[in-house]
Amino acid sequence: MNLAFAAPLLLWGLVALPLLWLLLRAVPPAPIRRRFPGVALLLGLADEDRQADKTPWWLMLLRMAAIALVIVGFAGPVLNPEPHQASDKPLLLVFDGGWAEAQDWGKRVTQAADLIARAARDGRAVAVVRLTDRPGEVVFQAADVAAGRVATLQPQPWLPRPDDWRKVLNLGDFDSYWLSDGLAHGGRAELFADLALHGAVTVFETPRPVVALRPAGFAEGAVQVTALRLDGSAAAEVEVVAKGPDPSGAIRDLAVGKVAFAVGEVQGQAALVLPPELRNRITRFEITGQRSAGAVSLTDDSLKRRKVAIVADGGDREGLQLLSSSHYLRQALEPMAELIEGGVSDILPANPDVIILVDVARLGQAEGDGLLEWVTKGGLLLRFAGPRLAASDLSRTEEDPLLPVRLREGGRTVGGAMSWDDPKALAPFPEGSPFHGLVVPQDVAVTSQVLSQADPALAERTIAALADGTPLVTRKVVGQGQVVLVHVTANAEWSTLPLSGLFVSMLERLAVSTRPALPELADLVGQTWVPEKVLDGFGVEVRADALAGVEGAVLAAGLAQGPGADLPPGLYAGAERRVALNAVAAETVLAPAIWPAGTRIEGLAVGAEQSLKGPALGAALVLLCIDILAALAVSGRLVVVVLALALLPHPQGAGAQTPDDVAIAATEGVILGYVLTGDGQVDLVSKAGLMGLGDQLWNRTAVEPLTPMGVDIEQDELAFYPFLYWPVVADAPVPSSATYAKLNRFLRTGGMILFDTRDGDIAGAGSASLEGQALQRIASGLDIPPLEPIAEDHVLTRSFYLLGAFPGRFAGGGLWVEAPPPDAELAEGMPFRNLNDGVTPVVIGGNDWASAWAVDDNGMAMFPVGRGYAGEQQREYAYRFGVNLVMYVLTGNYKSDQVHVPALLERLGK
Amino acid sequence: MSEAADLRAAAEALGGTLPPLLAEAEHLAATVLLGEHGRRRAGTGDDFWQYRVAHAGDALRSVDWRRSARSDQHFVREREWQAAQSVMFWVDPSASMAFSGGRDRGTKGDRARLLALALAVLLLRAGERVGLAGQGAPRTGRAQLLRLVEAMALEVSRADYGVPAPDGLVAHGRAVFLSDFLGDIAGVEAALARAADRGVKGVLLQVLDPAEEEFPFDGRTIFVSMGGSVSHETQQAGDLRVRYLARLAERKARLADLARMAGWVFHTHHTGGGAQSALLWAYRALEGGR
Repeated sequence: MNLAFAAPLLLWGLVALPLLWLLLRAVPPAPIRRRFPGVALLLGLADEDRQADKTPWWLMLLRMAAIALVIVGFAGPVLNPEPHQASDKPLLLVFDGGWAEAQDWGKRVTQAADLIARAARDGRAVAVVRLTDRPGEVVFQAADVAAGRVATLQPQPWLPRPDDWRKVLNLGDFDSYWLSDGLAHGGRAELFADLALHGAVTVFETPRPVVALRPAGFAEGAVQVTALRLDGSAAAEVEVVAKGPDPSGAIRDLAVGKVAFAVGEVQGQAALVLPPELRNRITRFEITGQRSAGAVSLTDDSLKRRKVAIVADGGDREGLQLLSSSHYLRQALEPMAELIEGGVSDILPANPDVIILVDVARLGQAEGDGLLEWVTKGGLLLRFAGPRLAASDLSRTEEDPLLPVRLREGGRTVGGAMSWDDPKALAPFPEGSPFHGLVVPQDVAVTSQVLSQADPALAERTIAALADGTPLVTRKVVGQGQVVLVHVTANAEWSTLPLSGLFVSMLERLAVSTRPALPELADLVGQTWVPEKVLDGFGVEVRADALAGVEGAVLAAGLAQGPGADLPPGLYAGAERRVALNAVAAETVLAPAIWPAGTRIEGLAVGAEQSLKGPALGAALVLLCIDILAALAVSGRLVVVVLALALLPHPQGAGAQTPDDVAIAATEGVILGYVLTGDGQVDLVSKAGLMGLGDQLWNRTAVEPLTPMGVDIEQDELAFYPFLYWPVVADAPVPSSATYAKLNRFLRTGGMILFDTRDGDIAGAGSASLEGQALQRIASGLDIPPLEPIAEDHVLTRSFYLLGAFPGRFAGGGLWVEAPPPDAELAEGMPFRNLNDGVTPVVIGGNDWASAWAVDDNGMAMFPVGRGYAGEQQREYAYRFGVNLVMYVLTGNYKSDQVHVPALLERLGK
Repeated sequence: MSEAADLRAAAEALGGTLPPLLAEAEHLAATVLLGEHGRRRAGTGDDFWQYRVAHAGDALRSVDWRRSARSDQHFVREREWQAAQSVMFWVDPSASMAFSGGRDRGTKGDRARLLALALAVLLLRAGERVGLAGQGAPRTGRAQLLRLVEAMALEVSRADYGVPAPDGLVAHGRAVFLSDFLGDIAGVEAALARAADRGVKGVLLQVLDPAEEEFPFDGRTIFVSMGGSVSHETQQAGDLRVRYLARLAERKARLADLARMAGWVFHTHHTGGGAQSALLWAYRALEGGR
């Protein structure tokens, strides 16, 4: 960090500043004369900082700073001046441009932009090359064009291929600047030699750690992740996170593992032990804190272990394992899937991915229904034929929902002692079949099978057939799932199929099992693989809609050689399985780049050259603008809006109110309290509302409440208030436990709270509105008896006025009060029940009563209610409700006691 | 011009405004519709107040026989107390009341006189006696209103700040003091003490201009009182704002305290707002409301 000046002589101007100080100081602002009666209150108030009649020092300082900045600015300061190297050759910028650079891409782009800016000053042409691109024509252009191109350059999710570029860089004399990712790539040395022929080559390399993640594998019951690093000199540890959707579909960290690198090791491993449900959900592994495609490894089906249930009808002949109906299935699936065995009703609750019924003909009604429901929801039901199925009447006349075809009675036997025919071989798998592409071994022969009846749908349901065209495997789709029938047994009794490798491949293709290893060429060819999602250079998944599908052979080549421009890393979907192509392959090793001796290698520059002339002059201008405002302010000509300050309500007693003052004020008369919510507007309306209600009480009743008071339920004593109005705001905090104790004491000792959700009761005191939810939060800690919607004969309906409804600003919302005892009876000769005990401690509603009651300082209504006369009538009813409520609070169930009037009169008469 | 002639001219000028002032006061008073002016307690009057059970000491002639005949006890019929009150007004005539902080609003004095007259109209209509401090005993009747107008017109003080004149207060009557109360508070204290001694209750109505409430001044300023007797110079008027407002709040709190101790009520009215609310408040306060 150093500073130089283009015209240092100008700095002598700074010497003149003290002189200027004296000049500026002499000019004071003139006073204004004002007539003001309040001057009596001003007497004796001294100015806080008195500097006679001179310009305040800070204003002086401001002006001096502005002038000093002008002088310095014109002197032409330059930050980080760089020694100039004159060269007039064009400049070639070479980016490796692979994922290994993604981590510090921003710095590289800045570095390149600096170089281009310097080249622009020298008038050199610039070309930019990214080695991860397909080789194309290289053109030297004006530096600003190159600057635009560099700014939009992004790293690619594969590694550079310097080899490809050698033939296009034959462009005459130029200097090269190579921003290297530090990894060894094939052809790097050769390209370097080529570039050195044309001119000077400078290499840029930063010593940052490069780490990468190999595709995860499954071994020894655990997911094995392998991380690679470039620099093995010190021990280190990286964190690998497995991500995938949680049951709600949100992507979450499913597991975290630590990969430790020992000293000298460039490779580390970690094993993640996960339950299958969790493991099957993993979509990607990534190294935390690394933004590059190399540190991300997508998972495909190879990691998934499906849960397969095998249901073999009982009666296995003991000791004859090789004849057991499910022996070969078990052998084929054991290494690749989780196996469950048992009865249908036992395995269904485990919700397996696949259920294999081995020669099961009879299913109970409940079992059949359960299976059908499971298949409809996406299960794969695989059935094998056998003697029992052949002998049963299943699916004979009508198609069984759990079989893909109708079956002919008995099946057939070919090539046996009683038959003329030879055992049948398999026909090549047709296109469209999931088995398409599998090689049919010649030694597979079928001697017995069950036969399907001719059906219009038979052809489309057949996915494998014998050489004579008889269906061997049929399939139908049920709901989201499918039912597959293999027309032979799962053991070697009817065919040699279970003995061949084809059997395993077919199970794989049916997605019954998956292979934990990399897919082979044979698995991929014959299908088109459509990219589902692809990674960009930073390891971020991007949409792959615009990409075309690729041939299986191309994908296989990509898996072997790593991704490239034609084949970005990502997840490719075939017919039945998906294959992940990752930026780092299973065999990749990171090796450091080796440059020929004597190469100029640069690190990241500390700072770039920067002219400070513009900023200095700009700052001076800003200071002068501030000076204008400040000068106005000092002379009192700047009208600063302080009305807001003055309009704030000033507390009448200037000092803070002590609890005793509050207690005295609160007990001078009946005081209606409202709970302070912290929302100024709501509190204002509450106060105005209770004020309006108080006015009405003064006018109409013997209750003469004083000015309502706001209550901070956390701090204030509640015992003074007979009644609290509590407007519930959406973000109301939940009171502390001490406050709950206070509130419950208040409620138990005769206080009443009117909760108002102010939402027109759309929530019905439920959680449909935010206020309703807040109310539920608050009320959960309160000691509230069971509530019910107010009954017609509640005392509130007649404690002063006779009321049928309780409107506020909203009409029609209900009101919740304490439920009466269940044994309340109709009072004799009265239209209401005998309810003369207990005053409800809470009243809950949402009609926004305070707004209807609210009056301003002049006693006029603050808010309109409804429209016209009907609205005013509604306001009147709101007041009547308020009057009734206060009467109810203050007199309890006195009105209800009227039921005793006849009895009292009778007693008096005696 | 001699001093007498000067005063005369000023009075003429002010008097010229007074018929409109009176009209305005009547107009303002007309917006307040009130019924009979009951005292809400038992006493002498025409209206029925309540029946109560007769007890020892009640004259036999006061027993309401018709009511008593309906039960086993004797009842006395009580009437609502409707005695006429004497209400004395003091409207600060000092120079400071001539202040107006904005061109769109009148002076504090105008507002104070308007309020006093409107209140007087209401009280006279209710049958009370009203009078102006220092202008003789309170009287009833519409003619008294004209005398009040006349007296207010003539009463112009040269002093910067006014001191309430407690002379002429009727014992156990009511009083209304209208001023900005910005002057020496000792005068107010003394007046209230004397009023309290005589059992007089009443209302302190502080009339302030919004400018006095906000202190919207800034910069280098010389503040001069309306009469010119007091002045204060400052470099930074804005700096004084907080302290000025604190002093004003303190003054209000002190006045409210004084009022409470003497059994009076205190209220601040701003000339920026409408007069009606202050009138209503004052009328209520005289009735014994809050």
